Amino acid sequence: MLYAILCYNHEDVVGAWSKEEDDAVMARLMKITGKLQDEGRLGPVARLMPTSAATTLRKGADEPLVIDGPFAETKEQFLGFYLVDCETLDDALTIARDLAEANPGGGSYEIRPVGFYQPATPKAETR
Amino acid sequence: MNDPAWIETALTAARPQAVAALLRYFRDLDRAEEAFQEACLRALKSWPKNGPPRDPAAWLIFVGRNAGVDGVRRDSRLRPLPEEDQISDLSDAETDIAEKLDESAYRDDILRLLFVCCHPDLPTTQQIALALRIVSGLTVPQIARAFLVSEAAMEQRITRAKAKIARAGVPFEAPDREARAERLSTVGAMLYLVFNEGYSARASDVARTREAERSASVFAEEAIRLARLMVKLFPAEPEIAGLLALMLLQHARSPARFDADGQIVLLEDQNRTLWNGAMIAEGVAMLDKALRHARPGPYQLQAAIAATHARAKSAVETDWAAIDLLYRTLEAVQPSPVVTLNRSVAINKLAGPEAALALIDPLAERLSGYFYFHGLRGGLLSELGRRAEAVEAFNRAISLANSPAEAAHIRRHLDKLGEAPKTARETAHLSRTTNV
Repeated sequence: MLYAILCYNHEDVVGAWSKEEDDAVMARLMKITGKLQDEGRLGPVARLMPTSAATTLRKGADEPLVIDGPFAETKEQFLGFYLVDCETLDDALTIARDLAEANPGGGSYEIRPVGFYQPATPKAETR
Repeated sequence: MNDPAWIETALTAARPQAVAALLRYFRDLDRAEEAFQEACLRALKSWPKNGPPRDPAAWLIFVGRNAGVDGVRRDSRLRPLPEEDQISDLSDAETDIAEKLDESAYRDDILRLLFVCCHPDLPTTQQIALALRIVSGLTVPQIARAFLVSEAAMEQRITRAKAKIARAGVPFEAPDREARAERLSTVGAMLYLVFNEGYSARASDVARTREAERSASVFAEEAIRLARLMVKLFPAEPEIAGLLALMLLQHARSPARFDADGQIVLLEDQNRTLWNGAMIAEGVAMLDKALRHARPGPYQLQAAIAATHARAKSAVETDWAAIDLLYRTLEAVQPSPVVTLNRSVAINKLAGPEAALALIDPLAERLSGYFYFHGLRGGLLSELGRRAEAVEAFNRAISLANSPAEAAHIRRHLDKLGEAPKTARETAHLSRTTNV
């Protein structure tokens, strides 16, 4: 089954990392995703820009309302996700534990099974 | 999980919010700072044991307030507050205080804290130093290194600035809409000063140590961090979003702005693969969001100019017509001879050196002491084959250079003058503008 591993953390803390710290964390995470990739279990991975870059479209009775900022003002923000093919929930939890270890400090991972998945690659280059 | 490096980062991240709230409680900068220091010391003891609190800023505000009150208690009798050990693993009190301090209180707290640093009686360098010390928590040695002054001198500057603010009194009443907008614009200008101090620092002296360079880049990064914070607090203010976009787009180019010998590399010659693509993407996204409000302003326009450069895959692909239009709009919104000077670079590309010269000649009086005016003018003149006048303009520029790197740059062009006819491309080298 495909699992989404959703990453939550204080974005202020992540934003205060120096470039070196950020690079080191990314390198450690790449090791984990690299292994999953080799095993053919890795789906798309995304790291989102800070919520300052977010815009929210709220559906209402009339025209949807476009609001600057994230959907919810929360203490921890949704920062990114991994899609991974896992046999069991335990498998997915093991991967989340590895990710947690590679990424020091606070934060949480929400593990949620994927109900519908449409793989696609946008043409636009991603930086 | 609880390694000290992470705790340091969390303390840094929580600092603006925590110090701002403590300033509201104590109405005194020194006391707020001391209370925050004390809260940090207690966090370093408590967090490794009890784990990080869910909301580090709320924890620090709560504990800092207790610690500060301990100090006040010597003079007056106040009701004791619970010890932080009672709140560190269980977040009732923490949640409670976080709820009391809703978003709007935080907003005005942080705005106030930044605003007191921009006191109009303080010279801009003191405003910058104060904001970096108090809001960002940079150390005095760090700030002193970037300003190339001794630690003692910087310490004294900051102490004097604080005394001036204390005398002036901190505005504690909640600002009304108009006052808030005014504060926001003052703070925006101050953040841009902090950013530019970092942006131009590297250009000011080739002989700067690598360490000074690094502290300068810390300034630019701090300005970006604070601008991000402002965007989160005031998401519907397009000029604040525009300011963040402008900073991101300019800072993205910093890895390409100097060569290995510390020589200036101008926009046209920069290796664009060295630009920070992620930062450009975020800057463009911020600008997009800002423009949706259809309330353009100087920061958004400058960001749009920077974005136009960033979008060009190579220098020759630059959309000069768009840049000309954006500068025209900027001239209308915020008329300044420097803006016109910058526009003449686009005009040179679009209509040739004669037209560009005609545009800048009327600025001669107002920009007579401006390095870039004479550098650009010399370039245009040499492109037109008016060698003697070009030499004169270049010599003027050298005498006005702000750094050995700038002087060396003009000298290289002076050396070449007469050897071969100038091409349009070489003229453009001389047209480095302040912002682009």
